[in-house]
Amino acid sequence: MLLNRRNWTRLVATAFGSSLNLTLPLARAAEEAPDEIIRRMSTDVLSTIKADKDVQNGDVRKIINFVDTMIMPKVNFLRMTASAVGRSWRQATPEQQKRLQEEFKNLLVRTYAGALSQVQDQTINVKPLRAQAGDTEVTVRTEILGRGEPIQLDYRMEKTAGGWKIYDLNVLGVWLVETYRTQFAQEISARGIDGLIATLALRNKNGAMTNAGPKKN
Amino acid sequence: MTLCRKAAASTWFRGSLAGLVLLVLQGCASAPNANPRDPWEPFNRQVHSFNEGLDEAVVKPVAIAYQDVTPSFLRTGVSNFFGNLSDVWSLVNNVLQLKPKESAETLARVGVNTTIGLAGVLDVATQLNLQKHNEDFGQTLGHWGVPTGPYLVLPLMGPSTLRDTAALPVNWQGNLIGRLDDSTLRHSLTALRVVDLRAGLLLTGRMIDSASLDKYSFTRDAYLQRRRSLIRGSLGEPNSPQEERYDLPEPVNKTAPGASPPSRP
Repeated sequence: MLLNRRNWTRLVATAFGSSLNLTLPLARAAEEAPDEIIRRMSTDVLSTIKADKDVQNGDVRKIINFVDTMIMPKVNFLRMTASAVGRSWRQATPEQQKRLQEEFKNLLVRTYAGALSQVQDQTINVKPLRAQAGDTEVTVRTEILGRGEPIQLDYRMEKTAGGWKIYDLNVLGVWLVETYRTQFAQEISARGIDGLIATLALRNKNGAMTNAGPKKN
Repeated sequence: MTLCRKAAASTWFRGSLAGLVLLVLQGCASAPNANPRDPWEPFNRQVHSFNEGLDEAVVKPVAIAYQDVTPSFLRTGVSNFFGNLSDVWSLVNNVLQLKPKESAETLARVGVNTTIGLAGVLDVATQLNLQKHNEDFGQTLGHWGVPTGPYLVLPLMGPSTLRDTAALPVNWQGNLIGRLDDSTLRHSLTALRVVDLRAGLLLTGRMIDSASLDKYSFTRDAYLQRRRSLIRGSLGEPNSPQEERYDLPEPVNKTAPGASPPSRP
């Protein structure tokens, strides 16, 4: 066939002019390859951080705002939280599930906020994707290049109706969800789901970004 | 934050370590529902809080002061100097693991940095795109199939495993500073190395403080994963984890709905 679907869409779009401009980005997002998504997101995120002094200085409210607009649309945070909570997720009420996601997100944002001041001249290198056509889950491997050794940063992604979404993150060989699973399970078995929510909320409220960090034993 | 395992230990400590390991092996019966990777958790937790206390009281304040008073180019020089020494030991271990490319690159790094880089103070090799390949003897053992064994927290040195602890005496042989005859110089350099390592971990420490609900298990789980990935590389991992999807409704039959992976074999 001479015209594949993409060319066809483009042709129609051109023919109909600006009336179709809204639908085009949507169509593109749905078929964008997982490694492309990561490449674009990383570049956008790095340039945003470089351009914004408040973000670099760890202004949490601004960072949450930028995480919500630039990163969260590419994340299946429901799956991420459920996977970290594990078996107990199914026993949680919808309200509890919502609170867990909120507090977990804030915890992660606060944690990484402290590292953003380190962003200077780093670039991102996305490694060639090793996946077969028809795969619904892939791992996108990247490294952050700057001074010193490259920092390994990998993403597990799944294909959803809304395009490819991230559901786990690996920093220097350590998977995020796996690292939280034991801690969440400990908290739930000691104090229940509400206990876990309360602990997370307290953690986030105490502004973990003080220099020494909260002391807890 | 605990001291990094790479830190050179003083001589008295070497002897006491062997005794300690024995003590652990005899003294700590595992609790009934212990984590299989951490059967000595009660003991480990005690050492962990001892290390934390020491760190808060002495090591971390010194590292912060060091970071505050010394200019950053000087700290980079110090890190590079010790980095070059550890490259020598990495070279030995890359050879022991029969990694030709990594060995050659590490040899070139040491050669370039020791000469043009003024005894390692300037990391010229990295500018020349010669990558660093850190390897220690614990990784060499792991490479040849020695299992990690239980998680073990060492006094002063922090997270380890039984295998990595067994590898320590060999690593100490490869520690060039430990071979210096002048004891004042040896101790000074060792102290500087500890402070340098700790200063390099200040940000990581703050992140762990802020990220963890239970610092002990967070550190353990991260450490074990990190070591595993250093030895096996991330490439060996499957593209998707074989685990139940709790975010989806409970599967009625054995087959989970949607795109979820098949249930565990």
